[in-house]
Amino acid sequence: MNRRPVFLITMLCFGFAFFYIPIVSMIVYSFNASKLATVWGGFSTKWYGALMGNRQVIAALVLSLKIAVISSTMATILGTMAGITLARFRRFRGRVLFSGLVTAPLVMPDVIIGISSLMMFILMAEWIGWPGQRGFTTITLAHITFSMVYVTTIVQSRLIAADQAIEEAAMDLGSRPWQVLRDITLPVISPAIASGWLLAFTISLDEVVITSFTTGPGSTTLPLLIWSKVKLGVSPDINALGSIIVVVVGIGVFTAGWIMQRAERRRDLDARLAYRANG
Amino acid sequence: MAGAQRNGRLARWFHRRGWSDIIIAAPYIWLILFFLIPFLIVLAMSFATRTPTAPPFSFGGENPVLNLRGYRRLFEDDIYIRAFLTSISNAGFSTVLCLLIGYPMALCLTRVSTSWRNILLMLVILPFWTSFLLRVYAWMGLMGTNSWFNKLLTGAWNGVVPDDLAVRSIQMMNTNFAVILVTVYTYLPFMILPLYANLEKLDQTLDEAAMDLGSRPFRVFLDVTLPQSIPGIIAGGLLVFIPAAGELVIPSLVGNSAQPMIGRVISDEFASARDWPMASSVAVALLILLVIPMMAYTYFSGKAEQRLEDQK
Repeated sequence: MNRRPVFLITMLCFGFAFFYIPIVSMIVYSFNASKLATVWGGFSTKWYGALMGNRQVIAALVLSLKIAVISSTMATILGTMAGITLARFRRFRGRVLFSGLVTAPLVMPDVIIGISSLMMFILMAEWIGWPGQRGFTTITLAHITFSMVYVTTIVQSRLIAADQAIEEAAMDLGSRPWQVLRDITLPVISPAIASGWLLAFTISLDEVVITSFTTGPGSTTLPLLIWSKVKLGVSPDINALGSIIVVVVGIGVFTAGWIMQRAERRRDLDARLAYRANG
Repeated sequence: MAGAQRNGRLARWFHRRGWSDIIIAAPYIWLILFFLIPFLIVLAMSFATRTPTAPPFSFGGENPVLNLRGYRRLFEDDIYIRAFLTSISNAGFSTVLCLLIGYPMALCLTRVSTSWRNILLMLVILPFWTSFLLRVYAWMGLMGTNSWFNKLLTGAWNGVVPDDLAVRSIQMMNTNFAVILVTVYTYLPFMILPLYANLEKLDQTLDEAAMDLGSRPFRVFLDVTLPQSIPGIIAGGLLVFIPAAGELVIPSLVGNSAQPMIGRVISDEFASARDWPMASSVAVALLILLVIPMMAYTYFSGKAEQRLEDQK
């Protein structure tokens, strides 16, 4: 289209302003010297200093990271298996139920997943004596369950988009099935597995509703800590904490996206060079 | 015709050796244990009787095994009906606003050059990766009566309306307006991305043909672009509406506590009132309400997947 779509560009700018003004405002006010979080009282970095000395915040961050690393790794393993199942094993008994179980957590409201998990953990403790206390273990189990289906969705769509004929060709040329899996299938889906892990990791790090139901005494993750403070209203130290999280996550996601895009481009280039060398 | 032949050779080999059983069984058993069974517990609990024991429920007793008290109360006590209506209207308005803001943004993304497009897409996705809770919190800072944003809006309002309608500040926090605004803010990427994916695939030469034949740009949009983007609109709309209707965090932080949404009601029945059967009944009712859009979503995404496979 040659004409400049003025209306569309205006809407895009408006949309981006809408996206970023609240975040920028939060970052600006995190440098506010005043105790009143929304009234400007001069520049200061004292809230950041106070945060560094806050043991509660550090402990919550460590707990959140532990849960996120373990749950996203388990979720990636289980989710990848489920993705391979749905994309490659077309027919097996119970497939309908299985694909339902993979889709349902994506659309089920958090509150319902939260109370249903909590009820189960309480009843299990009543009947078989485990889990004796809710906390790290129960949060991690719940996080694995709802984040694995995101990995499944990503891996499954990658496998469906990938050309199955390459696997067949490798088999015809005498590769053993494990070799095919190692040399062809896994490399093809590795970007999907990587982004699946990253998604599961950030979802776990961010989850608050399901965590608030499955947690127990003494297990406060970072979102739970922020949640309990935010309920009381806007405060300058949460502004500072929020700014740090937003900036760190922003840089992390940008870097990850950049690395993945570069890897993809290099793979495309390699493939093209290989074609040319053989052609 | 496909049948058993649709399993590839690799899959068949894994199947013969029993490996596929492990690959299938591990996630299957996990989801049954930690998703299906908890859900069945909620379903059974919705028919239980509340008792002052721990855990606070029992089956049977003076009532028949299936106690319908919870479901009867859904219709008798108008707190539940009002909560459902509030949820549906808040989620509905949010979905429409997301569509009105997100559609032009998605369309614009398909019209810019590729190098710009990647950066802009990244900027759409970035808020989605950063903390949900903090994005809600950021708006709490803007909506408070002392904030610069509220003062700006108040000034604009007072400048436009006659003096007798002038206000000292605009009450935004703890209203349904705040819930809708923040819901639109947090779920907008879910609308833009499926719409963009859909619009990007459209053949732009159709637009140009229509333009060459003398259609005006807005007519081209109405007659050519819009009808082709219905699948994207449906996908985006459902991705916003379903989670927005069951939302708990946003109404708890910025909503009007006199008009709770359904997620809040479930949570309060469970945690404050310790009425597990009632909380379960409300949860099941919410699921029944959402099951139609959920199935629509599964149906449409299944169809899209099928199309992808057929293209090969």
